[in-house]
Amino acid sequence: MTTETSDPLDNYIDAVSKALALRVEDAWKPAVKANLEVSLRLARLVDEFVLSDETEPASVFAA
Amino acid sequence: MSLQREPAMTVERGGLSALEIAQGVTGQKISALGVTEATLARIAKHNPVLNAFTDVTADRARARARAIDAAVAAGQNAGPLAGVPFAVKNLFDVQGLSTRAGSKINRDLKPSPRDAALIQRMEAAGAVLVGALNMGEYAYDFTGENVHDGASRNPHDVTRMTGGSSGGSGSAVGGDLVPLALGSDTNGSIRVPASFCGTFGLKPTYGRLSRAGSFPFVFSFDHLGPFARSVSDLALAYDVMQGPDPDDAACTTRPAEPVTPLLAQDIGGLRIAIAGGHFQNSVFPEATEAVARVAKALGTTRTVEIPEAARARAAAYVITTSEGASLHLDRLRKRPNDFDPAVRDRLLAGAMIPAPLIDRAQKFRRWYRARALEMFQSVDVIIAPATPCVAPKIGQVTFVLDGVELPVRANIGIHTQPISFIGLPVVAVPVPLEPLPIGVQIIAAPWREDIALRVAFALERAGVASAPSPRGF
Repeated sequence: MTTETSDPLDNYIDAVSKALALRVEDAWKPAVKANLEVSLRLARLVDEFVLSDETEPASVFAA
Repeated sequence: MSLQREPAMTVERGGLSALEIAQGVTGQKISALGVTEATLARIAKHNPVLNAFTDVTADRARARARAIDAAVAAGQNAGPLAGVPFAVKNLFDVQGLSTRAGSKINRDLKPSPRDAALIQRMEAAGAVLVGALNMGEYAYDFTGENVHDGASRNPHDVTRMTGGSSGGSGSAVGGDLVPLALGSDTNGSIRVPASFCGTFGLKPTYGRLSRAGSFPFVFSFDHLGPFARSVSDLALAYDVMQGPDPDDAACTTRPAEPVTPLLAQDIGGLRIAIAGGHFQNSVFPEATEAVARVAKALGTTRTVEIPEAARARAAAYVITTSEGASLHLDRLRKRPNDFDPAVRDRLLAGAMIPAPLIDRAQKFRRWYRARALEMFQSVDVIIAPATPCVAPKIGQVTFVLDGVELPVRANIGIHTQPISFIGLPVVAVPVPLEPLPIGVQIIAAPWREDIALRVAFALERAGVASAPSPRGF
């Protein structure tokens, strides 16, 4: 096993891309990983903010 | 500016305002066809440098202009924008053109059978569409660069970015090729190019203007709006585009609320404050100076802090990248090599964000919206930088702020994203600093575009905000 594939995020990218039928060529992986790291860092910033169970999502829907 | 000026003079000396053109055409002092020809000549002369237009609809424009002149000659009302040339970001459907949305892939789409709703409304008011404008691929961009069509160029220094993603809209209006253009703003894509190109730009309340017939990016954030060189022109375009539209699920059912008649109302009673915290961090001196000039002109020293604005920007980022990935999932599967690689890699990463984190970002959005609305009980207007800096060089990857090297792309929109995240109406006003202009956001409560535009109008009258003449080409 190479050092690269031992990184959990690399493994995650491989697994999710297979699950979504997305091709991620080896040459693209460093940039995809860098973008995902930024996204997850920002998502964690939101995740750590405590909200009540009653907080409703703001996505748009009109019946 | 004289309405008697011959169209040839407008080619040499820059365009008339939309208001002046409409008055001139209606009064038969100038012809719509003459204005159109002058505009087409100006585009032909300067677009090779600015790269603002990707399509010029010359035949259509001439036919439309002739029809307006005929209507005026017959004594008919040709509309408040009679004969006014305008152009649209190329994510708007234009009949007969494939809606490329800045991409290579969309060029394979069939030509649009009809115009976008806002084009129809502009033309119903007498305006003349002259073309479609360059933009960042699929609107996922703050720079105005495009690997397929080339970068749009800043009219005040063509070595610099226009900002994006409505880069062609900023360049075309900032470069005085047209008095009006339409763009879209998901996270700042009207306000950023307005700031870098020195134009006025309006991002209305989410749901105010119909998006029917435009290529989407992030449905829960997408807005459309106008660019102009004066507040009067901005309001004029905004007014004719208002009104419900069942073809856009998010479009309001509120009736049109015209702002033009209100522009000159006194703003003395408005409670105006400067955005603190996040909006005073990570800014270059020019952004601080521009906000200070606006604050001084408005007579305010009060500062308010929009709570958790940095976290709002983070949530906007997460929702954008994941919704954008969802939109493009099939294209990512089938044609990944036809994307701009930088856009593709961002979207691929966006597809991999776990669902609970996206849901939490949407829940946070609800919380943040409630706090912002509470704030508007004690304040009517908030002023904030539109961009942290003036236009960077095309291709510039990083800038150094407070001794720290930061990525340009990721930081251009840090002050616009927390505002569009909850759909607040904003007018970006250009502050003509030397050597380059920079924008300031005039932010109001939902559905109060009238207040933001009145403040912008007062700043324009005071000489603090103005669209500088282009001198970069």
